[in-house]
Amino acid sequence: MVHFTAEEKAAVVNLWARVNVELVGGEVLGRLLVVYPWTQRFFDNFGNLSSESAIMGNPKVKAHGKKVLTSFGNAVKHMDDLRDIFAELSELHCDKMHVDPENFRLLGNVILIVLATHFSKEFTPQVQAAWQKLTTAVANALAHKYH
Amino acid sequence: MSLTKAERNIILSMWGKISTQADAIGTQALERLFASYPQTKTYFPHFDLHPGSAHLRTHGAKVVAALGDAIKSIDNISGALAKLSELHAYVLRVDPVNFKLLSHCLLVTVASHFPADFTADAHTAWDKFLSIVSCILTEKYR
Repeated sequence: MVHFTAEEKAAVVNLWARVNVELVGGEVLGRLLVVYPWTQRFFDNFGNLSSESAIMGNPKVKAHGKKVLTSFGNAVKHMDDLRDIFAELSELHCDKMHVDPENFRLLGNVILIVLATHFSKEFTPQVQAAWQKLTTAVANALAHKYH
Repeated sequence: MSLTKAERNIILSMWGKISTQADAIGTQALERLFASYPQTKTYFPHFDLHPGSAHLRTHGAKVVAALGDAIKSIDNISGALAKLSELHAYVLRVDPVNFKLLSHCLLVTVASHFPADFTADAHTAWDKFLSIVSCILTEKYR
């Protein structure tokens, strides 16, 4: 189990309180699909993903991004329990969605970059480190039930 | 993987802004690297790595200057970084995994300094550019 210090928890919770989950979720998923186009393989039914503007404006991308980031918000509330919280989702991503766990790492890093664009100077090296730890832990929790 | 014309233009135009803060950006990228990935400090036992140290500032400046060299010869990055490639292969021998970590921290630093410029397309261009640089710096490893 990953242990988060009080400072790390505060850094995460503090920032998260000011995140517009709908907006940021769409941006995060959109950027994943733009920057790493091979990740589009999981979203054949999303319609037009042919350009940056098509992807960033795509309503299915925005809706799904919001869903993903809302789930991430659950991680923020249960930072000491990530394996349990994500056990079911882990099985789902393996057995039903067949998602390579490398994608969780890619998504985690995109979350960090989008947070950096929103919070700028406030996203200090220390704040980044706390978030880096969280996204890594979430990625590992989501990969935990793979077989 | 190679840069499209549009991607080259994005990098060249952003470089104008970045180069005015090159040292600060290089330094901050290293601070982020050591904070998020403490294992990377093992390559710098001879440095004072406290934030703001002279070592960090000098080395950060060096790293970004090298990126600048690559950008100035963006059509021949291999040539521009040939010496650095040999240095990393035969002398420094930094494990290849670390290039991804530093690249990521450089992206975070640029994103936080230039949020309006760091669109999804710009993010792609810079991610690709740093991947290419990382490839070149590790291509003589074996």
